[in-house]
Amino acid sequence: MTTVDKPVGPDPSALQDRRWVGKSIPRKEDPKLLTGRAQYVGDVSVAGMLHGAVLRSPHPNARIRSIDTSKAEVLPGVVAVITGADAAELIDPMAAFCAEPVPQTAIAVERVRFPGEAVAAVAATTRYIAEDACALIDVDYEVLPAIVDPLAAMRSGSPLVHDTLESNIVFARSIDFGEVEGDFARADHVTHGTARWHRMGAQPMETAGTVASWDPFGQTMTLWSNSNFYNFLPWVFAGMLKVGTNRLRIIPCTVGGSFGSKHLITKVVGIAGALTKASGRPVKFMEDRVDNLAANDNVGPDRLYDAALAMTGDGEFLSLKLDIIDDYGAYFQFAHGQHGNALSQPTGPYRIGSLRYGIQCVLTNKVQQGFFRGAGADPGNLILERLVDRAAEELGMERAEIRRRNFIRPAQFPYKVPTGNTYDSGNYDGVLDRALALADVDHWRAEQEQAREEGRYIGIGLASCQERSGYNATEWWFLYDTPPLPATSTPESVKIDVSAFGQVRVELGCPLWGNSPETVVSQVVAEEFGIDPSDVAVTYSDSSSGAISAGPGGSRLTIMLSGAVRGASRTIKDKMVRIAAHSMEADPADVELVDGELRPKGSPSKAMSMGDVAMLAHLFKETNPEGEDSGLVTTFTYDHPFVSLPSEDRRDMGAFYPFVSHACHIPIVEVDVETGVVKILKYYAVNDCGTLMNPRLVEGQVMGGIVQGIGAALMEEYRYDADDGSLQTGTFREYLLPSMHEAPEIVIEHQETPSPFSEYGVKGAGEGGRLVAPTAIASAIDDALKPLGVTVNELPMTPERVVAAIAAARRS
Amino acid sequence: MPEKIRLNVTVNDVAHDVLVEPRTLVLDFLRDELELTGAHAGCEHGVCGACTVLVDGEATRSCLMFAAQLDGAEVRTVESLAGADGALHPIQEAFHREHGLQCGFCTPGMLMATVELLEHTPLPEPDDVREALGGNLCRCTGYQNIVNAVCAAGPLLAASQGTVTPQAGEVAA
Repeated sequence: MTTVDKPVGPDPSALQDRRWVGKSIPRKEDPKLLTGRAQYVGDVSVAGMLHGAVLRSPHPNARIRSIDTSKAEVLPGVVAVITGADAAELIDPMAAFCAEPVPQTAIAVERVRFPGEAVAAVAATTRYIAEDACALIDVDYEVLPAIVDPLAAMRSGSPLVHDTLESNIVFARSIDFGEVEGDFARADHVTHGTARWHRMGAQPMETAGTVASWDPFGQTMTLWSNSNFYNFLPWVFAGMLKVGTNRLRIIPCTVGGSFGSKHLITKVVGIAGALTKASGRPVKFMEDRVDNLAANDNVGPDRLYDAALAMTGDGEFLSLKLDIIDDYGAYFQFAHGQHGNALSQPTGPYRIGSLRYGIQCVLTNKVQQGFFRGAGADPGNLILERLVDRAAEELGMERAEIRRRNFIRPAQFPYKVPTGNTYDSGNYDGVLDRALALADVDHWRAEQEQAREEGRYIGIGLASCQERSGYNATEWWFLYDTPPLPATSTPESVKIDVSAFGQVRVELGCPLWGNSPETVVSQVVAEEFGIDPSDVAVTYSDSSSGAISAGPGGSRLTIMLSGAVRGASRTIKDKMVRIAAHSMEADPADVELVDGELRPKGSPSKAMSMGDVAMLAHLFKETNPEGEDSGLVTTFTYDHPFVSLPSEDRRDMGAFYPFVSHACHIPIVEVDVETGVVKILKYYAVNDCGTLMNPRLVEGQVMGGIVQGIGAALMEEYRYDADDGSLQTGTFREYLLPSMHEAPEIVIEHQETPSPFSEYGVKGAGEGGRLVAPTAIASAIDDALKPLGVTVNELPMTPERVVAAIAAARRS
Repeated sequence: MPEKIRLNVTVNDVAHDVLVEPRTLVLDFLRDELELTGAHAGCEHGVCGACTVLVDGEATRSCLMFAAQLDGAEVRTVESLAGADGALHPIQEAFHREHGLQCGFCTPGMLMATVELLEHTPLPEPDDVREALGGNLCRCTGYQNIVNAVCAAGPLLAASQGTVTPQAGEVAA
C-alpha cells in the first residue's frame, strides 16, 4: 500500500532563487486591525437598521405547548417578534449535510432539543429593547427528561432526541481497511487502551453575527456576515432564506477569529434573515457570548475510544482497531464529517498496514457538533499516541525508539495509508531528532531526577503527529454508501488585474478570518512579477463575484491561494510578454518579465515597464498582437490538485487530504500532586509544513494552536449537568480559556520537506499546534506521575481529574 | 423608560454633551452613540478584556461600567493612538513588528492595557506584562508575541517621547 501515482507536481525551479516566498515580511493586514479600522460585522451599520435578540430555551428537552408574544409586541421600539412557527413561514430549515432525517431550524418549532436553542426572536430599534422584549415572551413548555449520557442514549428504549429516527444512534459503521483480523492473528503483542475526549469549542473572541437586509420588491437579500462559505456554498444560505442564488449577495467582514467555527453560522444567518423579512428592515443579529457558548456551530468531538494496536515482538506495528462512540449533541449538521476528517491520518506517521475504524454517532440533548481546529483528527492523534506510549512501556522500549522503528521512511513517499489517503512527503526521523536536541532532554531528565528527590513531579512529554492539510469537503459524506454528492475538488479562486499604470491588484474570494491572506498573496505576486509585496493591493470580493472559493479551513488556504495566485499571475504575465514582444518586434520566447520589467532576453536596457505594456493592453488593441483582447484581468480557479474517488465498498476512501505536515512536540510540565494543577514549564516544538511561505506567520499559527491545545489538555470543557442536562459552562467564567498565565515559553523550529503536489511545496500549518499539543501534554503528565503509576486517558486533565487519578492510582 | 441623564465627557480629546439612558454601558455608548467601534464586545461580562479603554488614564472594562458614570471623565480609545497621517503609535508599531496579533479582535484592549502599563512601568519585564495584561484573553496568538510586543513597546515609546532614560537593570533582556 505504499505506492501511488504521483500527480503533476510543482516546477522544481520554483523552489530555487525565491526572493519573497519564504521571507518573514510583516503582515499587511495589521494596520487596520491595530487602529480599530477593520470592519467586523459588529461594526456594520446601515440606514434603518434594527437590532435582533433571541429568547432561548432553558430546558434541554421540551415540547413547546404555546408561546405568547403579545406583551413583547407592544413594547415601544419593537418592530417584529417571531416564533419558530413564524420563522418557518419566512425561511426554510437549515441545510444539513447528513442523509438521515434530522431536520434543524434556526428557531425551534414545537420541540427544543438542547439548552439554549432559540425559541423566539425580536427585532427592535436597539439591542436593549430587543432583549427587554425577549423577557416579555411567555413560553409554555412541557419539560421532557434530558438525554445527557451518550451511553444511556444508545440503549434501546431510551427516549429519542428525534422521533424521526428509530434510535439515538444516528449513524454507525465499521470498516476494515486491509486485513485487520489476519494482522491481529499474527501479532506477538497487542496494546489496549481507552480514551475519553471531552467536548470543547472554538470560542473565537468575536461571536457570530449577520446584518441582513431583505428587499421584497427586487426579492434580493444582502448579508454582511463573518461566515466563510459565501463563495463556496452560497446556495446553502439562499435555500434557507428562500431567495434566488442570483439574488443573494453576501458581503464579507473582517472576522475576529474562527478556528473553523464560522464556515456557515447558519442559525445566525437564518435568524437575521427571518427578522429582516418579518420587519421589512435591515436587522443586525450579533450573538452575545451567552448565545454563542450555548448555541454555536463550533463544538468539537465528544468521544469515547476503545482501541487496540497489534505489533510484533520487536515493536513493529501491524494493525490498529478503533471503536468510537461520539456524542454529536442534538443535530447532525455536518453528518460524520469529523470522522471523515480523522480517516485522513488515523495511523499517524507510522507504517500500520491495516485499520478497523468503527464509529457510532449518538444524539443527545446538547448543542450539536460543528467544526473546530482539528476537526475530528485531534482526538485521533490523542488515542494513537497514547497507544504508542503504552506499547513502548509494555515492550520496555524508549518512546523515541518505538516511534523511529515505525515511522514511514522518506523514500516511501508518496505513501498510501490503509484508508486510501495519500501522504505527500515527510522526514519524521529528522523532525524527532531535532526536537530531542532542541529540548535538551538530558538536561530535563536531570531536573526531573532532582525534583523527584524534593518530592516534586516534573514530566517530559513526547508526541509525533500528523497535520493533514488542504482538505476537500468530500469527507463530510464519503462514509455513506450512496453519497448524496460525489467527490469535490474544493476550489479556490482569485482575480488579478494589472491597471493601465502597471499596478497589481488581487481580489480574494475568501474572507480575512484572522490569518494572513493579504500577506501571502502579495508574496506570491511579488515573486511572480518581480515587484515588491508592498506594491500589491489586495481586496475582498463578495458573493457576487461568481468565482468559487472555499476559503480558510482544513489548513488549506496558503496551499490553495498559492496555486490560484500563481495560476492567475502566469496568465497575465504571458499576455504581457506577448504584447511586449509584439511591441519590441521580438519573439515572445525571447522576452521575460524580470523585476517588474518586460525585457528582451540579454538586452535589459531595452526593457519596457509593466506600466508601458499595461497601457498598451488596456487601450491600444490595434497595436497589440492580432486576436489579443483588451485589458489585463483574469480570474483563476485552482482546484485541489490531488483528489481521487472513494471505492464503491468504501474500503478505500481515495486520496483526499494529501498535504501532510508533521510535528514533534516536547512539553515539560510540573504536576502539583496536592492541588492537581499542571504547570507547563517550557514547550518545545519542531514543525514541518513543507516550504515555509512566511516563517514568522507560521510560527504564530503554531504557537496559537499550541496554547489552544493547552486549553484542550488542561482546561476547556463543555459540562452539562448529568441529571437535568443544563449547561454549566455558559460563560467565560466557567468555560475556561488559557490566559497569559497558562501560556508557557514556546520554542519552535522548522524543518522543510516540500510537498511535491503543491505550488512552491507548501503544506498547511493552521491546525498543527492544536493537533499535537493535547496528546503531548498527556504524555508529559504520564511521565511526571510515573512514580505514582498514573496514566492519562482523559482530557482535559483538570485539577479535579489529576487529583482523582492520583488517588485512584494510590488505591490500586 | 427612566429619564435620560446628561453627560459631559471628553473622548479622544473631543468634548461631548449628551443625554444617555441610565443603563447604557460605556462600551455601547462608545460604539453605538459615538461610532468608535475599536473597542470590542468579546464577552460582555468582564472576563476577556476586548472592550478595554482608558477612563481617566485607568484601563477599564467598558462592558462593566455605565456611561452615566463618565460625567466629567476623560476617555481614550484605540482610535486615539495612531496619527491621521497613517503613522502607527509606538505600541502599535511594536505589536506589528513582533507579530503580536492575528485576528485583531482582542488587540484594541491589549493596546489600551499596554498604554496604562507603560505609564507606570516604562520598561516592563515579561512578568510585568503578564501581571498587567493577564486578564486580557487572546484566542489566536498564544500570547508569547504579545508579551514580546509589550516589552518592545517600552523602549519604542520612550524613544518617541524622548523622555525616559532607562535605568540600569530596567532594560528588558
